[in-house]
Amino acid sequence: MNPGSFFADHSAEIFSATLEHLTLVLIAMTIAIAIGVPLGMFITQRPTLRTIALGIASIFQTIPSLALFGFLIPMPFIGGIGKRTAVAALVLYALLPILRNTFVGLTSIDPAVLEAAEAMGMTPAQILLRVRFPLALSFILAGIRTATVITIGVATIAAAIGAGGLGTFIFRGVALVNDSLILAGAIPAALLALMADFLLARLERRLRVL
Amino acid sequence: MNTKPLPSSDAAIEFRGVTYRVQRTAAGAPISPVRELVSDISLFVPTAQTLVLLGRSGSGKTTLLRLINRMLVPSNGQVLVEGRATTEWDPIRLRRHIGYVIQDAGLFPHFTVAENIGLVPGLEKWEPARIASRVQEMLRLVGLEPSEFSPRRPRELSGGQRQRVGVARALAADPPILLMDEPFGALDPVTRAELQREFRALAHRLGKTIVFVTHDLREALLLASHILLLQNGRIVASAPPREFLEIDHPEVQAFAASLLVEPGAPAIDSGPGAQA
Repeated sequence: MNPGSFFADHSAEIFSATLEHLTLVLIAMTIAIAIGVPLGMFITQRPTLRTIALGIASIFQTIPSLALFGFLIPMPFIGGIGKRTAVAALVLYALLPILRNTFVGLTSIDPAVLEAAEAMGMTPAQILLRVRFPLALSFILAGIRTATVITIGVATIAAAIGAGGLGTFIFRGVALVNDSLILAGAIPAALLALMADFLLARLERRLRVL
Repeated sequence: MNTKPLPSSDAAIEFRGVTYRVQRTAAGAPISPVRELVSDISLFVPTAQTLVLLGRSGSGKTTLLRLINRMLVPSNGQVLVEGRATTEWDPIRLRRHIGYVIQDAGLFPHFTVAENIGLVPGLEKWEPARIASRVQEMLRLVGLEPSEFSPRRPRELSGGQRQRVGVARALAADPPILLMDEPFGALDPVTRAELQREFRALAHRLGKTIVFVTHDLREALLLASHILLLQNGRIVASAPPREFLEIDHPEVQAFAASLLVEPGAPAIDSGPGAQA
């Protein structure tokens, strides 16, 4: 059977798996952004916490993804078989680029600008919200873009712990030595990653100040 | 103006025995050397006068400036602004009461020129219409055509134009005091001379109390009502411009020498590292 007719015959299945995949990524990214951006803001003021937070986030990045999913299964609350564990693992992966870029974006602002803001009598909250954050936004978005692309890829492995998504085809294809099945998972995943990259890059360019 | 703390009701700014020291907190080193950036400084600036703080890099002049708007707090002594110690002022109120201009202007790159100038009035909750007309007024004051420059971003301006906007922004909320930290230091000599002349006229007209930091003796002579020369965090000379060059102090003579190397020659930056 050639891959073309396989795609045509299983289009409904592929579509629903893609949707499932996308949902997994969106949930994970929402949580990662909700944690990573505020934490990135917070650690700009706390050097000790910064080293710890960035260190921990880096360690998660170095754990092979399949192993991380495995480690999480016996964990209370976030563990077990299924989507919840997968989301937890994806969040841990997505955290580092978001955290690091938020931190870098907030700290790489021209010191003269921050000095002027302080000297003009802006409160620390005004400086954060009206100066630091808008100037850091394109950096933060670049981190979100990297994290999204990584998450779309890693999410295929989530199928190994029963989270569904496009990885289901890939694992089944590997087990059955069926290239069409593998491609049915791999091609939509690659397209999703490319699309996300393209759209977020456009948004990033529109928000860039300099 | 005098280096002695005289009781004076018309002093806009007064330093009484001010010392500022920092403790270098290197990571992991619990005992670190204490360094005095300025030592036992007493001075006062009468209202509507321009005090120029002259000195080499690291002489403590910027530190003095930052003590005035409470970006720094004295380790010893007191800084009084309009008769009140800076530590008794609410720092936010104090800073909105004092305009501040720095070398690279420090304009907000994500704001237009109009938004930059209107920032402090906005923070002070002025009516939008009043802010708009004030922005126009300020742009004209610094010689920029409002309709042309209001919508521009700082990156679309030349260095000289940026600095003009910096001055306009500092003046927008009509603060009685203006602090300027080498505002023309990064400009080319021609533009710098142009802005210095214009600023001198402007300062005269507006009647602001100005504290101006520079390492350029010529600029000091041009703009000052009174010059204080700083060396290693201490005042080593204090005089009005007319008498300044006659002071018999090696640092004054060192600065004076920086003028002498260039008779008829194109302007040379007299900062440290420049040829002498």
